[in-house]
Amino acid sequence: MTTGYVNTPARRALAFARNTWRGLTSMRTALILLFLLALAALPGAMLPQYSLNTPKVDAYIAEHGWWGELLDALGFFEVYSSAWFSAIYLLLMVSIVGCLLPRFLEYYRALRAEPVLTPRNLSRLPHFRTATVDGTPEEVLARAKQRLRGWRMVERTEDGGASISAERGYLREAGNLLFHFSMLGLIVCVALGKLYGYEGQVIVHAGGGPESEFCNAGIYAYDSFEPGLRVDGTELTSFCIRVTDFTPTFLPNGQPSSFRAQVQYSAGEDLEAGRWKTHQLEVNNPLRTEGDRVYLLGHGFAPEFTVTFPDGTKRVQATQWRPADQTTFLSDGATKFDPPGITDSRERRTKQLAITGLFAPTAAFQGKVLTSAGPQLLDPAVAVDILRGDLGLESGRAQSIFSIDQDMIEQKRLKRVARENLRPGESVVLDDGTKVEFTGVKRWVSLQVSHDPAQEGVLGFAVATMIGLLMSLLIKRRRVWIRVTPASDETSGTRTVVQVGGLAKTDQAGYGEEFGAIADELLRTKEQAR
Amino acid sequence: MTAYSQFSDLSYTTAAAIYVLAMLFVLVEQAFGRVARQRVAQRDLAKQRALVGAGAPVADGDGADATHDAAVPAAPSAGRPASGRPERFGRMGIALMVLGALLHVAALVLRGLAAGRAPWGNMYEYLMALSLVAVVTWLVLVRKYPLRHLTAFVLLPVVFLMFVGGTLYVEAGPLVPALQSYWLVIHVAAAIVASGMFLVPGVASVLYLMRTANEGNPRRFRRLAERLPGKDVLDRIAYRTSVLAFPIYTFGVFAGAIWAESAWGRFWDWDPKETVSFVAWVIYAAYLHARATAGWRGKPAAWINTAGFACIVFNFFFINLVTAGLHSYAGV
Ligand code: HEM
Repeated sequence: MTTGYVNTPARRALAFARNTWRGLTSMRTALILLFLLALAALPGAMLPQYSLNTPKVDAYIAEHGWWGELLDALGFFEVYSSAWFSAIYLLLMVSIVGCLLPRFLEYYRALRAEPVLTPRNLSRLPHFRTATVDGTPEEVLARAKQRLRGWRMVERTEDGGASISAERGYLREAGNLLFHFSMLGLIVCVALGKLYGYEGQVIVHAGGGPESEFCNAGIYAYDSFEPGLRVDGTELTSFCIRVTDFTPTFLPNGQPSSFRAQVQYSAGEDLEAGRWKTHQLEVNNPLRTEGDRVYLLGHGFAPEFTVTFPDGTKRVQATQWRPADQTTFLSDGATKFDPPGITDSRERRTKQLAITGLFAPTAAFQGKVLTSAGPQLLDPAVAVDILRGDLGLESGRAQSIFSIDQDMIEQKRLKRVARENLRPGESVVLDDGTKVEFTGVKRWVSLQVSHDPAQEGVLGFAVATMIGLLMSLLIKRRRVWIRVTPASDETSGTRTVVQVGGLAKTDQAGYGEEFGAIADELLRTKEQAR
Repeated sequence: MTAYSQFSDLSYTTAAAIYVLAMLFVLVEQAFGRVARQRVAQRDLAKQRALVGAGAPVADGDGADATHDAAVPAAPSAGRPASGRPERFGRMGIALMVLGALLHVAALVLRGLAAGRAPWGNMYEYLMALSLVAVVTWLVLVRKYPLRHLTAFVLLPVVFLMFVGGTLYVEAGPLVPALQSYWLVIHVAAAIVASGMFLVPGVASVLYLMRTANEGNPRRFRRLAERLPGKDVLDRIAYRTSVLAFPIYTFGVFAGAIWAESAWGRFWDWDPKETVSFVAWVIYAAYLHARATAGWRGKPAAWINTAGFACIVFNFFFINLVTAGLHSYAGV
């Protein structure tokens, strides 16, 4: 161990950290990170994404074999939550802080510093004019100061004369800082929203009955629910909503022209008092209550079937069927019944009923095949298979409400007992005397409840970003210098040589004009005198 | 209704035809007017020098910390008598372009009347409005700077876009419920204005790159390059227009997010259209950065600007026509 410089690991680590920091916060790195961000965001537009359409991703992977699996493993189907995408924008955020904090200090200093010395040779500047004018140097300077009100200015005496150094447009840098830091704030708020927000979808009937009511009481009330990372479902905003009516309207060509759902809702104190308010829910007009938003996402039909069992008991059920075709609303689904009065579960599982098939709001038959001629509820009909046996509901496996368990059919535990086309009021009687009647059509709507506590923050920072951007792009940082010296001819003392020089620190258009106006005004007496 | 619609269609086609004609006129000036123009330019410059006083050097703007704004030459002074027949052709070309623009405006307004709503609800209308913005942007620039002889380079993509727009024609009609919102007016208008303006820097940057290529190898783009203005002029045209279009584009993206919040339940969903808009935005931000980073001005910046416009075009055609996202119903 000798004295002098020793390259200890600690020192090396320090040097490494310092170099990394410098590298990370240079403009060049920022540029490269911006490119990387653009490049990394792009695959999300080209490849299907889990967050938008999971079945499409699965289909893509199935179709592309190992390539699809590789992409999946690398996170290309969830680009915006992948490690590499996050790494890029985190580095950018670090880079912004590192790059712009020093500029804050610099800006602060610049605000307190005097405008720079007047250059010795003004004629070398990009803008320069000179003339000899009437008046003493003092008078000219006074006039210049008058003209340059609002500029930061300093007057200096020089050999044989005096000069003014003036500068303007400091807000440009303030705008630049505001822009970059607001962007940071915006990203932070987006992240907070992801942590503490939630989103859930639920289907309710439109009509006002008990099936039309939804209460935001817990995750179980939803058909699907996506909690933020810090949401466990215990702290949902409490409100209830009831859809009393839903009316779509259509143009003659079948194009929808409006979707409107009448809703009643009750939140906060109203909830305890049992008071309800009304709102017209539309596609571009969500219900906003207690910081949550309720959206109208879609709609569809629920054919209602009345089953009269051999013992005389009636069961009425209207399960939502899903639109298979978004233009004609030809829908498919499955309405499932448990036989009444049978306690033995094994026996019950031989007598369960399912009505499955197609529903058309405006029926059009091609032979015996049902299609739909349009989305309006003009002439509804169903084409159904009725199956009896074990629906597999007790198997413990999750089952889609729109379909029946195909396994049960394959295992011959569920058998078709009838196939019919029915219009409202028509019925079919099964071999055991059970009567199945198509008794009507209900409408359903699908609602989305969204909660994002940081959304206002995002908006606020977006506005600040916009203001900062406008300031930094439209304000020009520019300087003007004026040097006056007494004219050296015999009338000296009453005439003055004025030199005006100008420089814009940024290259937007327009300083030429402003400079010209200033110079014109200061040099004008020349023309008047002549 | 239908009368409006028919007159709109008629104005649209006529405007496109007039643009083609205007293009021919300015091409005449391009082909024959160079020598005369140079003479005039020299005379102007001499006059300016005399006015300004001794030696006002024209900075080239590549200094390390300050870029100056003096170098786009002022428009040839107004009131100067016409010099030469090619120049007269050029001015007639611009006059025709103004006429075309007026018809273009009429086409848009009539379309709005026919549909009973803001006339930018489908791809045809979008392209109609976008090409109009590009034309107006160029006319404003031509008033301020001596760029007239470059007009054909702007009219070419404009006419092309109008032609493509024609192939995407649909009858004027009302919108699906999802698009019935005043945010359509705001958001789409901002997108159109910004994209239309970005067309001009896109063209200027491509010309810039051609000039650079020609400097590297005089045989490349030889005929073209000798008719182009200096690289610094092209660079400044690109920069000044981008600097105005960028905040409008930013505003358009924000407005889209606000609309998405009330229409789809989420202000940002990484829908393909949103994603590509974001990518284009980042590229233009990179362009502005490049202009402020030593070693990245000039050619790299021109490449980035070109990539930005390519991204905007891609966003319009590919994303609307090929991929399926929430935006697709805005489709054809
Ligand atoms: C999400 C990332 C970023 C975006 C979208 C962005 C965007 C912009 C935009 C649009 C401008 C133009 C404003 C102007 O010309 O004055 C700008 C300027 C600037 N940015 Fe960024 N920026 C980002 C990150 C960064 C980072 C990481 C740094 C630091 C390394 C940085 C440093 C600067 C500086 C110094 C300017 C001023 C340039 C000038 O003086 O003209 N930016 N930025």
